[in-house]
Amino acid sequence: MSKQLGAFGLFVGALGAVAMAANPAAAWEPSKPVEIVVAAGAGGASDQMARMMQSAIQKNNLMKQPAVVSLKGGASGGEALMYMKSSEGDPHKVLIAYSLIYMLPLSAKIPFNWRELSPVSVIALDQFILWSNTTLPHKNVKEFIAAAKAANPPFKMGGTGSKREDQVLTVFTEKKTGTKFAYLPYKSGGEAATQLVGNHTQANVNNPSENLEVWRAGQVRALCVFDKERMQYKAKVTDKQSWNDIPTCKEEGLDVQYLMLRAMFLPGKVTPDQTAFYVDLFKKLVQTTDYKEYLEKQALKPVFLTGKDMVKFLEEDDALNKNLMTEAGFVAN
Amino acid sequence: MEAFSLLLHGFSVLLTWKTLALMMVGLVLGIFVGVLPGLGGPNGVAILLPLTFTMDPTSAIVMLSCIYWGALFGGAITSILFNIPGEAWSVATTFDGYPMAQQGRAAEALTAAFTSSFIGSFVAVLLITFLAPSIASFALRFGPPEFFAVYLLTFCSFVGLGREEKHKIVISMTFGLLLAGVGMDTVSGQLRMTFGWSELYRGINFLVAVIGLFGISEILLTMEERLALRGHTARISLGVVLKVWKELPRYWVTLLRSSAIGCWLGITPGGAIAASFMSYNLAKRFAKDKESFGKGRIEGVFAPETAAHASGTAALLPMLALGIPGSGTAAILLGGLLVWGLNPGPLLFVEHKSFVWGLIASMYLGNVVGFLLVLTTVPVFASILRVPFSAVAPMIVVSCAIGAYAIQNAMFDIWWMLLFGVVGYVFKKIGIPLAPFTLALVLGNRAEDAFRLSMIGSGGDLLVFWSNGLVGSIATLALVLLFWPLISSAIQRFRKKEG
Repeated sequence: MSKQLGAFGLFVGALGAVAMAANPAAAWEPSKPVEIVVAAGAGGASDQMARMMQSAIQKNNLMKQPAVVSLKGGASGGEALMYMKSSEGDPHKVLIAYSLIYMLPLSAKIPFNWRELSPVSVIALDQFILWSNTTLPHKNVKEFIAAAKAANPPFKMGGTGSKREDQVLTVFTEKKTGTKFAYLPYKSGGEAATQLVGNHTQANVNNPSENLEVWRAGQVRALCVFDKERMQYKAKVTDKQSWNDIPTCKEEGLDVQYLMLRAMFLPGKVTPDQTAFYVDLFKKLVQTTDYKEYLEKQALKPVFLTGKDMVKFLEEDDALNKNLMTEAGFVAN
Repeated sequence: MEAFSLLLHGFSVLLTWKTLALMMVGLVLGIFVGVLPGLGGPNGVAILLPLTFTMDPTSAIVMLSCIYWGALFGGAITSILFNIPGEAWSVATTFDGYPMAQQGRAAEALTAAFTSSFIGSFVAVLLITFLAPSIASFALRFGPPEFFAVYLLTFCSFVGLGREEKHKIVISMTFGLLLAGVGMDTVSGQLRMTFGWSELYRGINFLVAVIGLFGISEILLTMEERLALRGHTARISLGVVLKVWKELPRYWVTLLRSSAIGCWLGITPGGAIAASFMSYNLAKRFAKDKESFGKGRIEGVFAPETAAHASGTAALLPMLALGIPGSGTAAILLGGLLVWGLNPGPLLFVEHKSFVWGLIASMYLGNVVGFLLVLTTVPVFASILRVPFSAVAPMIVVSCAIGAYAIQNAMFDIWWMLLFGVVGYVFKKIGIPLAPFTLALVLGNRAEDAFRLSMIGSGGDLLVFWSNGLVGSIATLALVLLFWPLISSAIQRFRKKEG
């Protein structure tokens, strides 16, 4: 009896040892709540994305630990970048990054470089659209540009922040068409939308999600999308138009394109299996219906990149952004 | 009638057990906050704001606004019982309320205070219900110049109408404007006054400043004065309540006048404090026997309380419709709206109907429930003041620290809070008012952005502030208010010559 028991005990012990040895190597898992760091204010596109992730992770049981959203929108998102930079080796913080990771260090001289963080995955690309007020007479890009050229004082173009993607797009629209706009930097896309509706600006270059509500209310007109191809969503959003009905700016004779990444990063110096856990998590996340519905509602372009593909994309995107910023004259000395 | 059906919709949003429970919690917390000296309505709302981040916006605002109503009611309790204003706007209530309490008429004074508070806020809520939709469409006319003109009006009215010495108001305001500039500048996209220190990137949070300036500094002052709190017992019986209510109709002119003053100063940001003083002074001016004021006259309680509550309620209207807070608490609620992802401003009434009308409905319900609640719980709240200060003070400090930390989950903010506590203490000692400082810290950034955006739009032409009737009249009014002391003394001199 005792011998048998002993053998059994040994067997169990061995199993335990195998399991214990296998566990940390095969599957690292978060041991406390995971912080989704948002580099923008409440209610903005990044915040909405974080809240969607939080609920999709919870609803589909993608992670044992809960996710919490942490808003670090100070200094136009610079606060979040510094926060991630100083959290080296902490695998319980994941940043929703966008083009600020390239632009902010250039324009505001914030000591940050995305290569110091650990890239996890690119999860979507965001579009930009040229919008104008419906009460203005011009119905398409050509008429709008013609009116802008003739306008004195110049047309006012609203946008989010200074020396960022919205102003870059404004500068390139000016360069391609030879017009001049007075660019008004607002605190958020929401404010830019409201000011366009109130006729205090003539146009803005908001993301689809930022102008969605006022577009549906028939208060703004979508002139063109700054992309090579039209958006893929064909379901009607307003009573007349779908996202797909909006022409590209190139079709309309304005050859300017810009897409903004939405990507996830861990702090620097995390282990490969920690990164692997998050790659797997977001792979599962982008397949949920919650995520797909969210993409369509916000009119985001679906993309999923990880590992080497992602780094390659980031390097190219970085170079592109740097060029645009330099050409627009937004790089601080 | 559209307002009426929308209001009914609001009630339907509100009438769930969860919302009603939150409303009760908010009211009790608010009365508590109002009773504790130093921990006023703005502080109470500021401290409890982060707790609501995970709630849906309607529940969150219902709870926070109920804290506000509760604080408006509760502020009167300590003014009357102990001659310590629980809130700055209850200072005028002490003039006649405390003498009444000393004459053993505490219950009468309390009932008078609560009833008139209720009437004041009811008038203001009616105003909001029927004016809000038209104010919302009017609000779309606000571009950068209009916004700047309104901010200018607020700053100027503080300087022109403030009771303190003018140069001290300006010093306080300048200090606030300076600190508002720390952090990222939206217009140029550059960092300012951060000295390469990443803790300063996000700027100075005004909620942290408010908690330190008001809460911590009050504790420091009280510690220094070794304030002994001795209260009178207050019991409310039905007989007393009915007796006061019977007297009400006699004072209808005072009530109406005070409500009107309150609403006006609430909408144009003048504040509950100014409203309560102004209506007390007017009630005294129009009374036949001016001598009886200050010696326990019930009208001296009616007037300031009606105005304070009307103004506190009306202050929410510009906050909702324009995104401009009419009072300190409204400013903090504004921060809350942004946190919950609502853009206070013109489209709020269009885009978030359920939220807005839920809030308006909660003003009715919250005030009725709050009124009944304060009447029944006066003895309980009065007993807080029998707890020794040495036991209450640490609790207040800890709750302030938790509040400051929770706003941005930043340990560094607790140090800011303590620093502002010392600043507030020094300011109070040398008689520099704190309100202009807070106002400048809240609005400084927005005012600057609005000014610079106007300048970009107009190509640097200052006449943009007189480019249409709306912006022109606000800007002119602002300048008139700024120089009001000079203007009014000139008028008086002119009259004397005539006479």
